[in-house]
Amino acid sequence: MLLIPCPWCGERDVHEFHCGGEAHITRPAGADTIDDAAWADYLFMRQNPKGLYYERWNHAHGCRKWFHVVRDTVSDQILAVYQMDEAPPDIPGRSS
Amino acid sequence: MRRQRFRLPDGGRVDRAAEVAFSFNGRRYFGHKGDTLASALLANGVHLVGRSFKYHRPRGIFGSGSEEPNALVQLGAGPRTDPNMRATTVELFEGLRATSQNCWPSLRFDLRGINDRFSALLPAGFYYKTFMRPARLWMFYEKHIRKAAGLGRAPDGCDPDRYEQTHAHCDVLVIGAGPAGLAAAQAAGAAGARVILADEQAELGGSLLSEPGRHIQVGDGTPADWLGATLAGLAGMDEVTLLPRTTAFGYYADNFVGLLERVGDHLPGDDGMLRQRLWKVRAKQVILATGAIERSLVFAENDRPGIMLAGAARTYVNRYGVAPGSRTVVFTNNDSAYAAALDMAAAGVGVEAVVDLRNQVEGDWPRLAREAGIPVMQGHTITGTRGRHRVSAVSVMRLNDAGDGVAGDVRQLKCDSVAMSGGWSPAVHLFSQARGALTFDEQEGTFRPGEAMQAVRSVGACDDAARLADCLSAGVEAGRSAALDVGCDGAQIAAPAVGEPALGPMQPAWRAPSDRKGVRMFVDFQNDVTAKDLDLAVREGYHSIEHVKRYTTTGMGTDQGKTGNVNALAIVAQQLGAEIPAVGVTTFRAPYTPVTFGAITGSHVRGLFDPVRRTPMHDWHVEQGAKFEDVGQWKRAWYYPRGEETMRQAVDREVKAARDGVGILDYSTLGKIDIRGPDAAEFLNRVYTNGWKKLGVGRCRYGVMLRDDGMVMDDGVTTRLGENHFLMTTTTGNAASVLSWLEEWLQTEWPDLKVYCTSVTEQYATVSICGPKARDLLAGLAPDMTLDPQNFRHMSMQEGTVAGIAARVLRVSFTGEVGFEINVPSRYGRALWDALIAEGELHGITPYGTEAMHVLRAEKGFFIAGQESDGTVTPLDLGMDWIVNWTKGDFIGRRSLSRSDTVRDDRKQLVGLFTSDPETVLDEGTQIVATVKDKPPMDMIGHVTSSYYSPNLGRSIAMAMIQGGRGRKGETLYAPMPDKVIEVTVTDPIFFDPDGQRLNG
Ligand SMILES: [Zn+2]
Repeated sequence: MLLIPCPWCGERDVHEFHCGGEAHITRPAGADTIDDAAWADYLFMRQNPKGLYYERWNHAHGCRKWFHVVRDTVSDQILAVYQMDEAPPDIPGRSS
Repeated sequence: MRRQRFRLPDGGRVDRAAEVAFSFNGRRYFGHKGDTLASALLANGVHLVGRSFKYHRPRGIFGSGSEEPNALVQLGAGPRTDPNMRATTVELFEGLRATSQNCWPSLRFDLRGINDRFSALLPAGFYYKTFMRPARLWMFYEKHIRKAAGLGRAPDGCDPDRYEQTHAHCDVLVIGAGPAGLAAAQAAGAAGARVILADEQAELGGSLLSEPGRHIQVGDGTPADWLGATLAGLAGMDEVTLLPRTTAFGYYADNFVGLLERVGDHLPGDDGMLRQRLWKVRAKQVILATGAIERSLVFAENDRPGIMLAGAARTYVNRYGVAPGSRTVVFTNNDSAYAAALDMAAAGVGVEAVVDLRNQVEGDWPRLAREAGIPVMQGHTITGTRGRHRVSAVSVMRLNDAGDGVAGDVRQLKCDSVAMSGGWSPAVHLFSQARGALTFDEQEGTFRPGEAMQAVRSVGACDDAARLADCLSAGVEAGRSAALDVGCDGAQIAAPAVGEPALGPMQPAWRAPSDRKGVRMFVDFQNDVTAKDLDLAVREGYHSIEHVKRYTTTGMGTDQGKTGNVNALAIVAQQLGAEIPAVGVTTFRAPYTPVTFGAITGSHVRGLFDPVRRTPMHDWHVEQGAKFEDVGQWKRAWYYPRGEETMRQAVDREVKAARDGVGILDYSTLGKIDIRGPDAAEFLNRVYTNGWKKLGVGRCRYGVMLRDDGMVMDDGVTTRLGENHFLMTTTTGNAASVLSWLEEWLQTEWPDLKVYCTSVTEQYATVSICGPKARDLLAGLAPDMTLDPQNFRHMSMQEGTVAGIAARVLRVSFTGEVGFEINVPSRYGRALWDALIAEGELHGITPYGTEAMHVLRAEKGFFIAGQESDGTVTPLDLGMDWIVNWTKGDFIGRRSLSRSDTVRDDRKQLVGLFTSDPETVLDEGTQIVATVKDKPPMDMIGHVTSSYYSPNLGRSIAMAMIQGGRGRKGETLYAPMPDKVIEVTVTDPIFFDPDGQRLNG
């Protein structure tokens, strides 16, 4: 049962949260001009890494805020939490 | 006091003054307070307690705790009954009723024991080999196999007991209250940490409860003295919580541990009593002191009743004052069994011999045994056993020089019990569940905790300590360091000095040789898996232990192979010629021991199972005898039968009334979202497929929202209340998910938009009236409002007073009739409703429910999100090209509407269906085909999404999603049903008033 540190509320049980999947997926601007394959890539294709994973989470049963989480999928450890408008932080000693 | 034949004259921790009556298989017995069902049965000389799963072989009590594979019983009767209860962990109480499982017609005479004679026909993978091909025959065999092999019965009624759940947080959670756990809790508590100490047994103390202390001294006293003083000390610490009868069954991420406390299992039980409590503990530090589980020895015919683990025999003698027999043979590959031999001898049990697989037996413990006059047969093995319902003799032979076979003469030793020890396996279950790595210890032939992945320490026998001194010092050390890690640096304690005999090395012996080829040696007692079965599985190509496990079912019983898994692994490794660690270890999964559904459910039963939402007018619907249906968590009036009306009659009447007079619907459940901000119109423009910027204040617009993959998600009418203020409505079931959806886009994709969304679903009661007389009705109650069609046009909003209540009235329609949606603050909902009903009397007002609402909208061909659309449907599939504005710019889902997949012309499209017989109403979900074949499979080209009888059309109508449906209008298609084929004609989905004349009436 993960303990997730919401940037606004502090550590809370995973049951209070909703996972929004992989973070930093850019929604293509000027969608009309991109081809089907590129649009499908945005819509459907996601990483499934063993190791660092950059995710979006929503404190659905709390402050309802969205934020970013860096989680190690091997240990389930949460290594960093940061705001929606922030760039992914460097994790010391780890590369994504 | 009634005689218990095998109760020793003194000793043990049971309360000899308290006699407890119980029954087993209908026979009455007596035990003492403090007994388990197993110890009480043994005290009465009862060893045979059950039949094995596959061969129905007689089986006896094998262990003394949660590791027990054999002694599974059914407890209780009626609704309060539990199958698969281990007799070794069931505390005895007055009136306890237990019965054997898996035997018919009786335990001693089991007809299915015939399976045993034909065991050669039931090899590993028997079920897979015999019954799986052809697959359809499995259906036939299954019910017979299940009957023959069932383990226990389910209760026959609702659980009469109560269960609860609680959350707890602590600095240090100590699991296991044996010597190591007690020492750890004491050290952590002394340092000032908040401690929870949980142990699965009724009494705290673990192995110390079975330690007579004849050869062991702790400090100046006995182990029992230390135990007593330590428990008293812990009880006096305010921040230490002691939880006996509490099993840590699961270890999850971030030191979240599930504990099951058996609050009332040891009591006779009254209806409504608290039976179990599930603890959800979040611990900063966890100390595992879960001990070790003794392994069985794999030898010929090792499964007869009377054959048990040596540690269990020792526990029965020392803790319960019960002799496991009168003549016993001890069989071992390590020193620990000598303690059992010594204790049994001291209690007056005749120990015929200690048969030791090791050639060198020179340590302290064997010396003590020899001094006590116990014959020690080193370098020997048991090659077979005899006895039908109880072991009566064992044959013993010398091992050959290589140790892989036997030599010399066979010696028969008469006995009524055998105490065996194959060494000890640390109970690493929880450590492994916590994702800790395991390392293999060659010397002891077992897995130990390796690198931890969480804030957890293993101490005592579940780590690497075999002696009491090491358990106590490791416990103190771990308790102290865990406390320091959470910032508690109070008093420090020292581990007491311990005087105890040294332990010699054990010798792994995975399969004791026998002179008889093909003799059965059981590895998994509960599932009847023998060494031969494992050999066969390996020969047939199963080389991964996970595959061998599933193929042979070893370790898959309710005991999860606690006593046999390491043996199975070693035998497979031997057979493969591989090292044990290379073969791997099967995954340890929660729960450690079974957890009841009652505890998992807790108090979330009956009325508390799911929240119930009721509208402000709910009581009126109840008073009128409405039938209700659940829509999400809402109770909605479904229809209002009058007198003896059937559902169809009631719905027909309601549907007719809404078109001929005036109908009234409680629409309060409609999702309502208040949207404000300078960018609100821009936001709606991006969320919906149509344009919103030019919508005038006071006007309403219908919108469809898509996911970004172009599929319809929800629809509803949104009203512009002000320049920067909108009120969105959603379908009843989607209110929460739409709000989350809007929030997600605002926060993650468009943080620059200044928009705020607030759920106001429950702030407003909504009443919908419709029909030719709706305007007259409203006029009577809202004299100040302008209701004439020219000035109060369709899709507009007016604020005013209805029945004296401030109201927001929308002229909208979901039925195709002139309709008004009256919104008032929730607390006025009932007053508004009552006023409308009273005023409506002269207009013949008719309340209608959700079923009539569905028929009315289906007559108009209006789709329902989640019924016609199912997450794979675009607005174009629904024939709603008119709702998509291609010129306004981007919106969610826009690009997806031109993907190669969404523009296919053979996509399923919304159409209407007329059955050839107008009285036939299709089942919703019915598959539609163009060509009927004699039997399935047939090409299914679509399915029925909505289907009703329409009283206004006087015939059945259906909506369906059909491949290329719009091009099939007029075509005849078919709905193949089990007993007939229904012919249907494809039509337009708008069945009634296609030009919308009535709306403007
Ligand atoms: Zn929060």
